[in-house]
Formats: sequence, C-alpha cells, structure tokens
Amino acid sequence: MTTLQICLLTSALLFATGFAGAVTRRHAILVLIGIELMLNAANLNLIAFWRFGPHPELLTGFIFVLFSMALAAAEAAVGLALVIAIYRHKKTSNLDEVRDLKG
Amino acid sequence: MPITLILTAVVLLFAAVAAMSLRNLVHCALMLAISFSGIAAIYLQLNAEFVGFTEILVYVGAVAILIVMAILLTRSGEAPDRSVLTSGWAAGVAVTAMVFVILGWAILNSTGLPPTVTPAPSATVKNIGDVLMTTYVLPLEIIALMLTAAMIGAVIIAFREEEPKEKTKMEDGRWKVEQPSTLSTPASSLQPPASTGEKA
Repeated sequence: MTTLQICLLTSALLFATGFAGAVTRRHAILVLIGIELMLNAANLNLIAFWRFGPHPELLTGFIFVLFSMALAAAEAAVGLALVIAIYRHKKTSNLDEVRDLKG
Repeated sequence: MPITLILTAVVLLFAAVAAMSLRNLVHCALMLAISFSGIAAIYLQLNAEFVGFTEILVYVGAVAILIVMAILLTRSGEAPDRSVLTSGWAAGVAVTAMVFVILGWAILNSTGLPPTVTPAPSATVKNIGDVLMTTYVLPLEIIALMLTAAMIGAVIIAFREEEPKEKTKMEDGRWKVEQPSTLSTPASSLQPPASTGEKA
C-alpha cells in the first residue's frame, strides 16, 4: 500500500465517521461537528492528491484547501448561530423536536 | 510503510470516533480538537506546512472554541438522560457502512493512482503568496466577500431580538447619544460565537 492510499483510506474512514455522526446523533451541534469532520476528510484528500499528483508545483490542491477552510469557518459560524437562534426560540437543540419551519 | 503517518492516522480516527460517540458534548468538542490536531500532523508529514499551521489556527483555535461556546450557550454541557441517537439510526449506520465499503473498494482497486513517490514539492509562503495574488486573485476576493457576508449573517441570526419599543428609541437618535460608539456597539454586545468566528 502506498502512502497515497493510506491517506485516502484515512480520509474515507474520517468521512464515514463524520457521516455516521451527522445522520445518527440527535443534538444539532453534534451534526455540525460531523459536517466539519467530513469537510476535513475532503481537505485531506485534496492535500494527498496535491502531494502525490503530477504537478505539485502549480499548488492547485493546496490553494483549494485554503479556500475550503475559509468556507468551513463561515459554515461553522452561521451553523452555530442558527443553533443558538433555534435554542433561544424553542428552548431545545434536539433535532427530532425541530420539525416545523414556522415558529 | 510510513509508520508515523499510520500512527497519526490511528490516533486521529480514534479521536474522531470518540467525538461522534461520546455522550457528553464537551468531551465531544475536546475529542474534535484532538482529531483536528491529528489532521494538522498529517498535513505536516505531507509537506504542506502552511496548511497544517492554518488548520491548527482555524480549526483548533477558532472552530473548536466556537463549538464549545455554542455548547455552553445552549446549556447542553451535561449528558442527557435519554438516548442520544435519532430514531432512524440503524438506517444511518447502514448507509455509512455502504459509503465506506464503496470508497475503500475504489481506493484499493484504482489503477489511476500515481504509483511512485515524487520528491517533496516546495510550498513556501512566498510561492503561496505569489499564486494567491496572480492566478487566484479573483477567487481570493470572492472568498473575502463571502466570509464578510457570512459573518454579518451569523451576527444577525444570533443577535437577540429586541422589543419594538427599543427599536423606535433607536430610530429617533436617543440611543446614539447614550452610547457614543454607534458602529462598534452591536459588535461588542454580540453573542460570543459570532465574535469568535470573525477572527477565523
């Protein structure tokens, strides 16, 4: 097994872990944590392909990861703000109880 | 076989599984910080030093703290008495297993992966800055605009709704007189997650 395959397998396991958490846990913050883990798995793939790909000097995968991190930070901020707004409105952060769009 | 890479990956995956399965949310956030550090360590071993340190700054420094703030603000710091899983969790686990099997099969059987290890590329800060300011200057500007919009949106969403009485007070200017720094007042009285997110 090459180093690239080890990185890709790690990333696949990380993605599966994050996905399992996002679809099975009840708490809204845990779902956001799962989404962060999935985004990180994608970033790990991009860096691995940048490192072992044919043209690493172009820095494409590298720059893509930097942009993706900025997006993930924005997503975390907006997502957690939504969780706090829902908690203030409904006094719960259990996703099974948040099932209507109208408060 | 790069033994340090495998060890880092094992620690990272254990921390990730713990972050997704512990009952206490504060423990989950701490395990999340450990798994982010593991990812940063893997980046360092793949010669992506800048991304590794950015990962520590952005994720361990900002996102993990933001999540802890959100956990404490929603008063979910202690473990619940009821089940922490959703009602349809078995279907979720089945879909997850299917996703992993397909991904693993594709990785292990792919013939398109580059077989040889190339010499380490140079990703110095100078190279990154050059590329960001020439080839990727438009995406950089767009991401800056997007980040600003997202931060303003997060502030507006998390901002406490005021009574209509106070709003009319704001419109006829008395509020400005009472508090001299009009622009910085909303930002300083924000909820902590929004203000922490601005640094990210």
